[in-house]
Amino acid sequence: MIRVILPGHLRALAHVSAEVQLDVQGPVTQRSVLDALEAQYPMLRGTIRDHVTQERRPFLRFFACEEDYSLEPPDTPLPDAVASGKEPLLIIGAIAGG
Amino acid sequence: MSGVRVLVGTRKGAFVLTSDGKRERWDVSGPHFSGWEMYHLKGSPADPNRIYASQCSGWFGQIIQRSDDGGKTWTQPGTPPGERTTPEGTPKGESNKFVYDTSAQTGKPLTTHMWYDGTQHPWEFKRVWHLEPSPSDPDTVYAGVEDAGLFRSTDGGQNWQELAGLRGHGTGPRWQPGAGGMCLHTVILDPSNPQRMYIAISAAGAFRTDDGGKAWRPINKGLLSQYIPDPNAEVGHCVHHVAMHRSRPNVLFMQKHWDVMRSDNAGDSWQEVSGNLPTDFGFVIDVHAHEPETIYVVPIKSDGEHFPLDGKLRVYRSRSGGNEWEALTKGLPQSNCYVNVLRDAMAVDSLDKCGVYFGTTGGQVYASADAGDNWTPIVQHLPAVLSVEVQTLP
Repeated sequence: MIRVILPGHLRALAHVSAEVQLDVQGPVTQRSVLDALEAQYPMLRGTIRDHVTQERRPFLRFFACEEDYSLEPPDTPLPDAVASGKEPLLIIGAIAGG
Repeated sequence: MSGVRVLVGTRKGAFVLTSDGKRERWDVSGPHFSGWEMYHLKGSPADPNRIYASQCSGWFGQIIQRSDDGGKTWTQPGTPPGERTTPEGTPKGESNKFVYDTSAQTGKPLTTHMWYDGTQHPWEFKRVWHLEPSPSDPDTVYAGVEDAGLFRSTDGGQNWQELAGLRGHGTGPRWQPGAGGMCLHTVILDPSNPQRMYIAISAAGAFRTDDGGKAWRPINKGLLSQYIPDPNAEVGHCVHHVAMHRSRPNVLFMQKHWDVMRSDNAGDSWQEVSGNLPTDFGFVIDVHAHEPETIYVVPIKSDGEHFPLDGKLRVYRSRSGGNEWEALTKGLPQSNCYVNVLRDAMAVDSLDKCGVYFGTTGGQVYASADAGDNWTPIVQHLPAVLSVEVQTLP
């Protein structure tokens, strides 16, 4: 079971109050996790990655095990700790404004 | 007893204000979609319980919300909470998918417009500025978007298709963003002719279709702008808002960047009706529900100073379709007021007497239950108001 922690606004949109848990088939990558997330919570489609290009929205970042995976290719395997469910994948809204 | 529902979009959420026909006591509901920019909410004339809302964020992009119970509950169209996409099911999560049509079928796939520096720049979807529900079908709704384009949904907002003839009609490469972005902010559907629509874009100008959105043409003749040397410029005009009375769909009123304008021939030509206004810069313009020659504007000092002249918040009313204006001040702050009133932030109800409403960037929503003679704030401390729409309820 993959664990994902969403930013507050997306939790409100998805009507979830805490981290979400996902079944992911095959390799655990950014792409496979986001595919599973959007399948389970279709209201999130387009909010994390572009509908058409599937590129990450510019002000969102992906963190796991205290590392930034945002710039990794989407099919790069995520850490074993994420794949095993020991650690969550964090989707974080960039702090912007000042 | 009849009543009114005022739909308020703000920088940090939406609010629904309701009152009975007296319009003296108000219930305030909200914030809905707390923390999100709510550019516009509008109810269906065919079903007042059906309301569409544009929700957006610099982080998470565009969301379309729909209420089928008058604003009590909301869902993203086609995506009920908790319902999963299934391989055999209808597509879900598409209600925020606005993809420009660049297909060969449009005849003129267009992918660039003019950037601030004069170079060509790709069209990039940013947000929905305005939602205009059909007067007859609750499931049909139009969306004016930035970068300027017009989309239509015929399934209650679940899926959107661009009316690509607008961008492709020929002048698109010469459209340039205004300071607020290249937004299509005004959509007017002719109630007497379903084939005719008007739209306006900052800073391209106004456009009309007479065939349901396939073919479009600019309707900017007579608009004169200091920053456009060519008096006959087909496009490039910074139109801020356009209004129409449903009984006279050929008569249009426009608040341009500077100048209040009027057309009596469906936009084929315009003449200035700024008359005795103290300044003719502004954003909003609207028409009295029962008097098609009575119009309202809120003059703003200048394009460099987006606040009322002399710190006095004054609505100006003309009962002669322009040129002769009177200041309406009772109940409005007449000193130290430096708010703005944005282009979609004024609306009227259709009760007798006509109610007039507007919202400010200072978070006030003012109402007049007597066509502008007297004003009262319904709420005073909302986030900056982006839009105000009114539903008159049976």
